[in-house]
Amino acid sequence: MNTLFVALGGAVGAGSRYLLDSWITSLYGTAFPWGTFIINVSGCFLIGAVLHYVEEGVLSNRSRAFFAVGMLGGYTTFSIFSYESLQLLSAGNLAGYMLNAFGQVLLGLLAVYLGVIMARGTRRVWRTGRGSK
Amino acid sequence: MLESLIYVALGGAVGSAARYLVGVWIMTRLDTDFPWGTFFVNVSGSFLIGVVLAFIESGGLPGGARHLLAVGILGGYTTFSTFGYETMQLLRFRSARATLFNALGQLLICLAAVYLGVVLVRGLVGE
Repeated sequence: MNTLFVALGGAVGAGSRYLLDSWITSLYGTAFPWGTFIINVSGCFLIGAVLHYVEEGVLSNRSRAFFAVGMLGGYTTFSIFSYESLQLLSAGNLAGYMLNAFGQVLLGLLAVYLGVIMARGTRRVWRTGRGSK
Repeated sequence: MLESLIYVALGGAVGSAARYLVGVWIMTRLDTDFPWGTFFVNVSGSFLIGVVLAFIESGGLPGGARHLLAVGILGGYTTFSTFGYETMQLLRFRSARATLFNALGQLLICLAAVYLGVVLVRGLVGE
């Protein structure tokens, strides 16, 4: 049953990735893969928040299957990221490769962290009805 | 655009479900808290996207296959967000060594895998 929720989420996530990537590429061109970059970093932020809510018991395991594993798993991509990194390397654009590969991983990790922090903050707001202690 | 979107969404459903099933299968067989499931999924998906995109480039597959196979199925099969979350979990609960191994390992092995896929197809097609 979880598999069905993962598949549904994956359809939504991959569809969103396609639309957003097409839009970003139409704005910034294809010299640097900004589409995948923005998608992966924003997906990391969102999964940090979602999985924090799951850990805290705010979201159910079924929500985890749909939102985290399906939607955000399908929204972000490692294969296209790797292919685009290889393209930058093949074009002799070492600086572009470094920015894409290491920039995306480091910002992705930072984004997960910020997502968790944000989720913690909103939990506090819900519990106490105000933003600070 | 709408037709492409439908192919991508269908592919994303199949790819994401496959990732889930492969990930669960691997993690229930390995007695470890290291995220080998995502590691394997991302490396194998990177290899396959190299194969698929090189085939399309050589004219062995129609360009429309890109939406279903590459953007949809393999894009949805692999994941960056789960990779990011699991890497942060390693940093929180395991060691700097495990974190670096997961992050750099996937970064470099996936790059090698996509390269291998591309080179393999170019060799087969005879370019």
